[in-house]
Amino acid sequence: MSTPFYVSPQQAMADRAEYARKGIARGRSVVVLQFTEGILFVAENPSRALHKVSEIYDRIAFAAVGKYNEFENLRIGGVRYADLRGFTYHRNDVTARGLANVYAQTLGTIFSSGAEKPYEVELIVAEVGEAPEDDQIYRLPHDGSIVDEHGSVAVGGNSDRIGSHLDQRHRDDMSLAEALQLAVEALGRDSTGGERSLTADQLEVAVLDRSRPQQRKFKRILGRQLSRLLEAEAGSTASASAADDADADDEGTAGAAASDSGGAAAEGASKSSGKARPGAKGKKPATGSKEADGGSAEESEDDDKA
Amino acid sequence: MEAKFGSTGRLPAAFLTPGSSSFMDFLSEHAPEQLPGRRQLPPVQGAIEAPHGTTIVAAGFPGGVVLAGDRRATMGNMIAQRDIEKVFPADEYSAVGIAGTAGLAVEMVKLFQLELEHFEKVEGAQLSLEGKANRLSTMIRSNLGMAMQGLAVVPLFVGYDVDREKGRIFSYDVTGGRSEELGFAAVGSGSVFARGALKKLYREELTEQQAATVTVQALYDAADDDSATGGPDIARRIYPVVTVITEEGFKRLTEAEVSEIARAIHEGRLQHPNGPQAPVL
Repeated sequence: MSTPFYVSPQQAMADRAEYARKGIARGRSVVVLQFTEGILFVAENPSRALHKVSEIYDRIAFAAVGKYNEFENLRIGGVRYADLRGFTYHRNDVTARGLANVYAQTLGTIFSSGAEKPYEVELIVAEVGEAPEDDQIYRLPHDGSIVDEHGSVAVGGNSDRIGSHLDQRHRDDMSLAEALQLAVEALGRDSTGGERSLTADQLEVAVLDRSRPQQRKFKRILGRQLSRLLEAEAGSTASASAADDADADDEGTAGAAASDSGGAAAEGASKSSGKARPGAKGKKPATGSKEADGGSAEESEDDDKA
Repeated sequence: MEAKFGSTGRLPAAFLTPGSSSFMDFLSEHAPEQLPGRRQLPPVQGAIEAPHGTTIVAAGFPGGVVLAGDRRATMGNMIAQRDIEKVFPADEYSAVGIAGTAGLAVEMVKLFQLELEHFEKVEGAQLSLEGKANRLSTMIRSNLGMAMQGLAVVPLFVGYDVDREKGRIFSYDVTGGRSEELGFAAVGSGSVFARGALKKLYREELTEQQAATVTVQALYDAADDDSATGGPDIARRIYPVVTVITEEGFKRLTEAEVSEIARAIHEGRLQHPNGPQAPVL
């Protein structure tokens, strides 16, 4: 007769944590940082269809690393949670704190339940406020804890090195172009200490921009606008980049973020300092977001780790 | 809603089940009591008194479409509200105007906006304009029970078709039947008169500004002959809601812009009370 093995709870949890951490460490990283006008998300992600950064609600966005199907499930769950809450109560009652709590409960229950394998994901939930001091960034590791972050944060494979690079150089008063420069520079650090330079087509960039007149503050930065911002930084004199920043803001290739406005736009415009007039918004949905429908989601990603 | 989270506080299974990108499908599984269509009215005698919204008109022009609505809500022979708004953006490239029971209509629009937004967020792409029009059809059909008891909601849906690069207009009946209109359309109690005016004023080659003026003219004529439609209220500065959808997206004309149109029309009518005249032959 075989004796069942005894595994101490400490050991079981340590094993599960180890498993999740390994899964997360295989993927590429995402960085999130505050700049004057909002919150910037930059991911190293060659895929145009599988997003690591996406919109959850008016002022809330989501970024994730790890196993694609798991964080995609959590993302959709978050969108459903936010939309249902906004429908039941009011749009203002949907908060990043509430969402982060629900995510933490979900990840925590899954992590400690023996019946399910732990999720190999690490999430960031961020909400842009009316003023920089109202911005909120929450990091949610695989085990259901919540970390309240300020300034900048990195998650994913090489997050220690990238995070420390960001911590040393991040300032609260950075412009969009400066913040993007720092993010790209940080993402290019290898674990071995080497440096790579990332190009526009390897990056997924989005912002929560408090100066946007629309109710929905999330916007992807794609195509020409992204290349221009990256170029601006290459020759970066502060004034040139600031000018380009303003210019890029007006262009607003909103794509997936383009949306609801009208009453909302008018409302938003009165509140914000808005550079653009209430009605002015993106041209056509940008091609990048068009390709992002379910059909093309089968595009291969190495080892399922985005 | 919170009760359904159970004791753990984690997202219930319904939230994490892959599948539909429709918010209404999700509601019907997770919180069916919140779906407007599921409500049963107790049997009542006679008509239910509730505020009704009235006239909505739309007119296309090369490159886009205008949707406008008057500001009156009536309850029987009373004016229930002078400044109600019945034209809403549905998303970036479409708008919806509603005639019928105001309370239900506003709820329907709220759910419709959410349905489009939800799809866009989950899929990362917008629904096609036809797809949006069909979703609205389904929602009206789910209200059929109420409509039979006198609480009908009849919208007019317009949008810019990004694929075909033109503005389009869809009208509906209470059973959810949908038909695409060419050129112009009107719904609501004053629609008969508004349509007459549109017929005489509408031309295919209108500019955006002219199309906006034509819709306000039509609303003026509707208010002239239908007591439930409100004309521009110059004393109180209550003007019709006029929205324009083009390749650039949805925009609502500002109060100043609409007041300029309304005042010009008013001036014209002081000379010709019946408005502009079409040639006899």
